[in-house]
Amino acid sequence: MDLSVISPAVLLASLMVAATPILLAAIGELVCEKSGVLNLGVEGMMITGAICGFAMAVETGSPLVGFLGAAAGGALLALLFGVLTQLLLANQVASGLALTLFGIGISALIGQGYRGVKPPPTTRLDLGPLSEIPFLGRLLFSHDWVVYFGLALTLGVWLFLRYSRAGLVLRAVGESHDAAHALGYKVVAIRFAAIAFGGACAGLGGAYLSLVRVPQWTDGMTAGAGWIALAIVVFGSWRPGRILLGAYLFGGMTVLQLNLQAAQLPVPVEVLSMSPFVLTIVVLVIMSAGRGRASTAAPAMLGRVFHASS
Amino acid sequence: MIRLEKRPEPSRGWTALTPVLAVVLTMIAGGALFALLGKDPFVAMKTIFWDPILGEYAFYYRGQLLVKAAPLVLIAVGLSLGFRAGVWNIGAEGQYIVGALCGGAVGLAFYPAEGWYIFPLMVVAGALGGWLWAMIPGILKTRFNTNEILVSLLLVYVAEQLLAASALRWLKNPEGQGFPGSRNLAQYPAASNPELIAGTGMHWGVVAAMIAVIFAYVLLNRHMTGFHIRLAGQAPRAARFSGVSPSRLVLFCFSVSGALAGLAGLFELTGPAGQISIDFNVGYGFTAIIVAFLGRLHPVGILLAGLLMALTYIGGEAAQSTLGLPAAAIQAFQGMLLFFLLAVDVLINFRVRFGRAMA
Amino acid sequence: MSEAEPLLRIEGLTKAYPGVVANSDVSFSVGPGRVHALLGENGAGKSTLVKMIYGLVRPDAGRMQLNGAPYAPPNPNAARASGVAMVFQHFSLFDALDVAENVALGMENPPPRRALAQRIREVSQAYGLPLDPARTVGDLSAGERQRVEIVRCLLQSPKLLIMDEPTSVLTPQEVEILFATLRQLAAEGTAILYISHKLEEIRSLCDGATILRLGKVVANCTPAEVSARELAEMMVGQTLITPTRAAAEGGKVVLEVSGLSLRPATPFGTSLKDIGFSVRAGEVLGIGGVAGNGQDELLAVLSGEAPVAAGAVRVDGRDVGALGPVERRRLGLLAAPEERLGHAAAPDMSLTENAMLTGSGRMGLETRGFLDWRKARVFAERIIAEFDVRTPGPSHAARSLSGGNLQKFVIGREILQEPRVLVVNQPTWGVDASAAASIRQALLDLAARGAAIVVISQDLDELMEISDRFCALNEGRLSPPRPAKGLSVEEIGLMLGGAHDLEAAHGTA
Repeated sequence: MDLSVISPAVLLASLMVAATPILLAAIGELVCEKSGVLNLGVEGMMITGAICGFAMAVETGSPLVGFLGAAAGGALLALLFGVLTQLLLANQVASGLALTLFGIGISALIGQGYRGVKPPPTTRLDLGPLSEIPFLGRLLFSHDWVVYFGLALTLGVWLFLRYSRAGLVLRAVGESHDAAHALGYKVVAIRFAAIAFGGACAGLGGAYLSLVRVPQWTDGMTAGAGWIALAIVVFGSWRPGRILLGAYLFGGMTVLQLNLQAAQLPVPVEVLSMSPFVLTIVVLVIMSAGRGRASTAAPAMLGRVFHASS
Repeated sequence: MIRLEKRPEPSRGWTALTPVLAVVLTMIAGGALFALLGKDPFVAMKTIFWDPILGEYAFYYRGQLLVKAAPLVLIAVGLSLGFRAGVWNIGAEGQYIVGALCGGAVGLAFYPAEGWYIFPLMVVAGALGGWLWAMIPGILKTRFNTNEILVSLLLVYVAEQLLAASALRWLKNPEGQGFPGSRNLAQYPAASNPELIAGTGMHWGVVAAMIAVIFAYVLLNRHMTGFHIRLAGQAPRAARFSGVSPSRLVLFCFSVSGALAGLAGLFELTGPAGQISIDFNVGYGFTAIIVAFLGRLHPVGILLAGLLMALTYIGGEAAQSTLGLPAAAIQAFQGMLLFFLLAVDVLINFRVRFGRAMA
Repeated sequence: MSEAEPLLRIEGLTKAYPGVVANSDVSFSVGPGRVHALLGENGAGKSTLVKMIYGLVRPDAGRMQLNGAPYAPPNPNAARASGVAMVFQHFSLFDALDVAENVALGMENPPPRRALAQRIREVSQAYGLPLDPARTVGDLSAGERQRVEIVRCLLQSPKLLIMDEPTSVLTPQEVEILFATLRQLAAEGTAILYISHKLEEIRSLCDGATILRLGKVVANCTPAEVSARELAEMMVGQTLITPTRAAAEGGKVVLEVSGLSLRPATPFGTSLKDIGFSVRAGEVLGIGGVAGNGQDELLAVLSGEAPVAAGAVRVDGRDVGALGPVERRRLGLLAAPEERLGHAAAPDMSLTENAMLTGSGRMGLETRGFLDWRKARVFAERIIAEFDVRTPGPSHAARSLSGGNLQKFVIGREILQEPRVLVVNQPTWGVDASAAASIRQALLDLAARGAAIVVISQDLDELMEISDRFCALNEGRLSPPRPAKGLSVEEIGLMLGGAHDLEAAHGTA
């Protein structure tokens, strides 16, 4: 066992990378849930984004096009969920599960020709002398653009929800769709937009896995990341800042256990591999046990079906 | 313009018809998908749905039908109780694994002793294992109000790691020359779950599935607990008013679905699979969710849906070998089925009207 | 109303829903600065009519004019832009958002937050409706919540203000404040369309009235010139049976509640604080109060849905505090909640199944957990027959029944089980007059057979009619019960408003 191979700066820097896919997916799901829609299909949208992004990047040679394709793929699948739950009034839990099962199948189907292919590299942002700063340079200023995009998106969503008129309307729809409808807001249209945004973000998160973090395509490669993202929305009690914290906590756990595996800790590899999931469960329990605070932060209409009676 | 108009009462006709409609729509969309993949959709459909039952080599496939349907039905019956009550156990895959591990461990502990009591003990251990794994989300839900969907699902990934550790370390065959995997229980008579009637695929898991269907039918239609389950799902406040304890109901649903999933894992391990290996679980726990919905959460419906879904597995494998249809296509096909089912379900409670508001 | 050009003119409005014509050929007009009443029973079509004026529902036929120009709002935003504002019966507020956010959501182009907060303070002060813009709406009382709605409308200086049953959640004192505000608005030239079924209110406030029955205009009148009785007859169209009852004997105490407290189950729920009362056999205790003051919680505590401390609730001297609904029913304590669909009955289940819902124990519909559906069907048929429930049969879903019929079924289901104590919340809410009268009569008959009855209601007329004693719930506290006979409206108002010490309050009121 040799723990000296673990360098704090590298560890923290790779934590940010490990957290990015989950952060992206969780922020998207946050917006979706704030509108009152519970989309459990994050895993399916992520993996669809992973293959769409991978395929697009390989075919065009451009990672940027890949990420755009991933967002489109995730959003498209999310719109399917929108049709089911918003127009056909299907149960959101069941529809979300359907989305996941379908996404895993369809992505494996598309991905058949892409096994073992190497994607074009996503370049690091050239921040010149900033990345030369000892410790901080490695930690903060030597990432690819998606990491910064994830942080900017978190900030943007926070500003949107807190200060914009559209964000207020979105929250209102999630708090009481009947009241919002009575005031003349288009509940279904607003929710469709939120669902599509959530799908696009999940798609981006998936593409980050297949294009940057791994980077290659294997079937079922998201391996529960979408579910973790869902859990992190609850952990973050529907606040962007806390969701960032949750994503970094999970990212940290992932990176730490990988490093411990490399350091040959005398613990079965499997126990280390399951630790992020166990941690997520523990965190969920702590959040929900705190005198129902997590549940009171949830949008009141979460998961409820809306049908204008008039 | 298309509008939905709420029916005064749920339509009984559509309740029975929507699964059929969903299957037909899935066949059309699936055919289109297969055509995109360059396969003749008609040949593919025939290979998947017709040949395994009535084709030339049907004698081989027919037995497989029960083998594949048994775990699906067993798990789906358990899940359906929870789904009806609004209790979402979606981690049956994990309970299936842990049930198999517990039951398997008991069997391996007795190796190489002989005795009639070994297999029954394993069955009990399998049910207990699944029950235990399901109790985690169940208790966390009732005690701390933790979201049971997320916990039960996350535990699948934990269970998969337990499976890997068991296959590679804890339960590894000491005489296996270093190959991963446990001893083969199917070849250990006191712990095996053999085919009961040759050529039918009938094993103890099939018997258990039949019993589960009957049990669930009686429970839902004739017993107070079943009435409470239906009530809690349809009108939670009315259920509490009637006297249903939500916590007890959550624990009951998790108990039954966990134990049944554990049983399914144990019967699969001791019969068709034989040994604990890394790839022991093949997604029955997730496919069973589709089976439960396709069967309208009704025990008899689940039986039929389980057989149909087993057919897609077997037909899918056949199409894989004869047509080169990728395995993933069948997975996508199954997912699509659930999509269409949820989509057409709207017809049960709503009438579709075309044109502008009635003038 | 021929003296001036009307602000709003409505001609031949018609709107049909499947199976029911909500409005048929409705015409009337409202002049500027006038308070016009739309009077009618529940289901007379008032709500549909105002929804059309506010752009929520499109009429099938007919025309509207605003200020002489054709008016056909495609949505509420368009209605607001034309100067039409509306205060809803069931508030269109968002509990988790604060007052300023709620107000902003109802405006087309809200000013920045700080400026908006300032304007809310100004307007609310000018009209005597004080409000703090930063408070979370879920924490406000019903009266305060209504102020948010009104201020939201006033900020847009509407030409026409629609108020849908605004007083149903207010105490008599709060009603006076509201009327003062409305008169001030009318004096400033705003037209007000006032929807209500309360006759005295309309007689004191409104300049004109249009009376609707079954979707049709049955009369136009000047309310001050006709008696309340005439108005009622126009509205109902038939003579009512007034419940009759023998004077209650002082039986022995059956239900006893003492030191009952409960923390709220939901973030914006009401807590119950040290409630105590007792009810004797053959007696009807009326519990009045404005919505949201703990009625639902009190019913849940008595039915057994919400567990309470041991000793807080006793039936025939026996402690039932820790017992659930099933055990309480066995001891004779039965209840009928306010919300019919989803609480008292399961909407998608058949009437037979709904009969099983509470009747399984006392009616012997189960043996050791196994259910006898044949007996349950017979029980359901008996309820249908004895309580005149209009339905093709017990196999039909509860949601297919009209509100009044389902309410008769729910009340009948409990009464036929011959309870020792029956607790009902809002027994005639949303029920037509004849069904309401028969439900009240059935409750009185049950009391005459020796049961103790607790009626929780917001309808003071109803409570005065059937209660022996009356008390009021205010913010989770219950006033000491007083004999109903001889209570004046002022006294009741003070009880509802939380002034429990009547003698002291009299001097200052």
